Amino acid sequence: MMALLFTVFAPLAGALVLAVLTPLRIAGWFNIAISALNFAASLALARAVATDGVVAGMSFRVDDFNVYLLVLTAFVSLTTAIFSRPYMGYVRESGRTTDRGMRLYHTMFQLFMFTMMLALSTDNLGVLWVAVEGATLATVLLVSLYRTPEAIEAAWKYFILCGVGIALALFGTVLLYFAAQHVLEDPTKGLTWSALYGVAGQLPPSVMGLAFVFLLVGYGTKVGLVPMHQWLPDAHSEGPTPMSAVLSGLLLNVALYAVVRLKMLVDGSLAGTELPHMAGYLLMGFGLVSFLVAGLFLHRQRDIKRMFSYSSIEHMGLMTFAFGLGGPLATFGALLHMLVHSLTKSAIFVTVGHATHIAGTQSIDHIRGLIRTQPAVGWGLLLGVAAIAGFPPFGVFTSEFLLLTATMQTQPWFTVPLLVGLAVAFAGLFRHLQPMVYGSVPEGQEPVQANMLPVLIHLGLVLWLGLSIPEFLSHWLNRATELIVGVGLL
Amino acid sequence: MSLSSWGVALLQALLYLALAPLLAGWVRKVKARLQNRRGASLLQPYRDLYKLFGKEARMAHTASPLFRAAPYIVFTATWLAASAIPFIATGLPTAAVADVIVIAGLLALARFFLALAGMDVGTAFGGMGASREMFVSALAEPAMLMAVFTLAMTAHSTNLSSMVDYQLLHSDILRPSYMFALTGLVLVALAETGRIPVDNPGTHLELTMIHEAMILEYSGRHLALMEWAAQLKLLLYGVLLVNVFFPWGMAQGIHPGALTIGLLVVMTKLLLLGAVLAASETALAKMRLFRVPAMLNLALLLALLGLLSYVILEV
Amino acid sequence: MGLDQLSLLQQLMITLSAMALFTSFALLEQARLVAAIHAFAWQGVLVAMVTAVVAASGGLEHLFFSAALTLGLKALLIPWMLHWLVRSLELDRHKEPLRHPALVIMAGVALVIFSYWLVLPMVEEELMFTRNIVAVSLAMVLIGLLMMVVRQQAVTQVLGFMSMENGLFLAAVSATGGMPLVVELGVAFDVLVAMVLFGVFFFQIRESIDSLDVDRMNRLTERTDEE
Repeated sequence: MMALLFTVFAPLAGALVLAVLTPLRIAGWFNIAISALNFAASLALARAVATDGVVAGMSFRVDDFNVYLLVLTAFVSLTTAIFSRPYMGYVRESGRTTDRGMRLYHTMFQLFMFTMMLALSTDNLGVLWVAVEGATLATVLLVSLYRTPEAIEAAWKYFILCGVGIALALFGTVLLYFAAQHVLEDPTKGLTWSALYGVAGQLPPSVMGLAFVFLLVGYGTKVGLVPMHQWLPDAHSEGPTPMSAVLSGLLLNVALYAVVRLKMLVDGSLAGTELPHMAGYLLMGFGLVSFLVAGLFLHRQRDIKRMFSYSSIEHMGLMTFAFGLGGPLATFGALLHMLVHSLTKSAIFVTVGHATHIAGTQSIDHIRGLIRTQPAVGWGLLLGVAAIAGFPPFGVFTSEFLLLTATMQTQPWFTVPLLVGLAVAFAGLFRHLQPMVYGSVPEGQEPVQANMLPVLIHLGLVLWLGLSIPEFLSHWLNRATELIVGVGLL
Repeated sequence: MSLSSWGVALLQALLYLALAPLLAGWVRKVKARLQNRRGASLLQPYRDLYKLFGKEARMAHTASPLFRAAPYIVFTATWLAASAIPFIATGLPTAAVADVIVIAGLLALARFFLALAGMDVGTAFGGMGASREMFVSALAEPAMLMAVFTLAMTAHSTNLSSMVDYQLLHSDILRPSYMFALTGLVLVALAETGRIPVDNPGTHLELTMIHEAMILEYSGRHLALMEWAAQLKLLLYGVLLVNVFFPWGMAQGIHPGALTIGLLVVMTKLLLLGAVLAASETALAKMRLFRVPAMLNLALLLALLGLLSYVILEV
Repeated sequence: MGLDQLSLLQQLMITLSAMALFTSFALLEQARLVAAIHAFAWQGVLVAMVTAVVAASGGLEHLFFSAALTLGLKALLIPWMLHWLVRSLELDRHKEPLRHPALVIMAGVALVIFSYWLVLPMVEEELMFTRNIVAVSLAMVLIGLLMMVVRQQAVTQVLGFMSMENGLFLAAVSATGGMPLVVELGVAFDVLVAMVLFGVFFFQIRESIDSLDVDRMNRLTERTDEE
């Protein structure tokens, strides 16, 4: 329990301190310290869940599904904090932001972590909503940190689109509470997920169906499902690179987690009706469309960060499709994919940060010859893209393979668009990557001070997961799968 | 349908005729008082009508027989429409004619002939007034019909008498649809009777005339009939508003005591309404003509909302 | 399930919700910025009154607190903040007429009908009037959304967003007798923080494009990727 409280509230305490801490150098190190503390607490929490099964209390609830997401979030935030310290120092020196901006950045970074931890660990669906909206509010000012017209536009779009989406999700939450009023003995517990899960079969299907549509559209906006994805490429490309890393790697996961939790409730409620898999079909539909559309848009991009944010949309679409497909194989694959995608995408964005630093621009056409200028960055980018595109032996290949197997078993015709989409995305990524990494070096391009350690760790982990998933992790994921679909894979 | 109930119906029709100029005079008087003037006496409209009936009716040599016939048609149609609306009692034989669609049709007939008469002589003022009148009524008609349909849905009948009876029976219920319909009808009434902010009844400036422009060419008894018809229309809308929405005090039979009380109550209500109208005319300015659609769209929206709130909230 | 079978307080609830729907339309159509802010304040007052009536008829004390919170936040604090922003941005006399007012109003009416149709299958025989108020509140949410779509000025878009929140609050109050206090406080806090951030944004936007017409912020489109 202590570990849980520490994991959730340490970032909040850190944010309060960072709000008043003025020297920039200390702020950077303090940021890393808080994130490290957070990570340690999350590991302790994971141990507690492994022994006890569930850690609950004070309307928090950590079971097998969200504990690994908590650990993942804490880990990626730690590595990103390590990357961001020197990177933001360079940003400050180049004059793209002010001292006040830096203080805002560090405070909001930890506040953002707090809201994500809160969202992942709470048992109350209303608090979940508040936390997800809080995450949007915390990052909005960071997207516009550089104060260029494009950044302000991106932040405004982000604010408005996500705000509207979240408002629709609130309506869905209200409907959910309404549905629970006459089913639970204690109606005030109508927003407690565990109580609702217990009586899921009795919840009125018509209300639950309508509620799920609103919730899917609402939280789906934050996942980046097409056609509610319009804010994502702008927000992820205009903000500072560490922000893109955590937004792409972590926030999308949190939103998808919310969707899957709600799907568990709706499936229980719709089980006895004529359309028991309606939630699954909706997820599959949105997921597939997002996957294909993003893969196609990938080709047109001229900005490196936009390209990778479309890749995020594509992978989130794939995960949504997998969760919609249901069944132990697809769900295991989706959970694994959440893990490896987070690690790989954040590693890629870290590398991209260094690459843009070297080239001085974010435009793909003007980044060239990275491997000659600074081999570490060049190789990092190459391996990172190989990983995200699904090359064996990286972990993404494993999870995509599991997903394709599951699709072939249950809905064979969908395998074709999946394979086509994967090929299209692969082609798009490498088409843009090739000149960036191998092209002729432009005049005066110098290597920079780059700490590639986070990237190394992340890619190493992904490789390890691709080659052989360790025992404890596979059991962990298996228990989560059992929780979601009722039957485990192994 | 005994003889006495027909008698009461006839009495009601005559009362309309008699009281219409009084309402117009009352509104004028209150306006004058609000503007710190003494104003003409309450009975002045009667004196004006008497004077006009005595004068010779001259017509332009380009006038057609329609010009001669129009005042009578307009007057009769308006009077017929008015006498069907429950004034002092419900359940009269004329109540069978008091269908809102019939009333709307009779008023449309009157307006049609008024507009034709305006255009008949071929002057610029007349044509302009006629086109403006048609413009305003084209927007006001749907709003009015929508508002009365809202009332009709609650009472399950388009007959005004049934509506009044229903409202008398169920007057303790708060209905949003009635609220919206009332507000919409007030706006429509302002437009149809040609009061500020749509049209200024006392003006003779060409830029601001609608009703006055159409009757500009009339004189003598024809003018008297047209003026009386306009006053009847004002009374008609006034009675519609007070008796359908606030019907308390109306007699439900033909007992003389109840009838007297009914008369007194309705006159009090009309007095109040007239005072409110005069106050609003003093406080508001006349709108520019191309802004009138905005006001009538608001009336239509209110009526629509009334209908929607009936269907969604009250069924 | 006619109106005559409901108690007076429930009829009052229905009337107030209908009036709140009217303020939604008034917000949608209002060209003058200051008048739109007033319409929004009135919407907040009406929603707070509905909350108070629900609290009175159900004997739910915590709802009185929510009503007071809504009144303070949505009817007083946020309109005051918007007023202050409008004065600082010198937009007092700003008028932004709708381009196709008749079409927009018709779309609003269509949305009301649509939300009624959507909510229809949720049959709860003894609480049908509650379901109907949920239909009205969903209509308010969708009309707020419509307002954000048809308006180009940043301040009116924010008004649309806030009116969506009003509709959501009305839905929560009328359908369920109010959500748990913790959640309501969290939502109110989020709305307040969002308002503060919007204020900050207005200044940033005006600095960058020298106007608050958000249609002019269009550098980030797919087309600009082709240089």
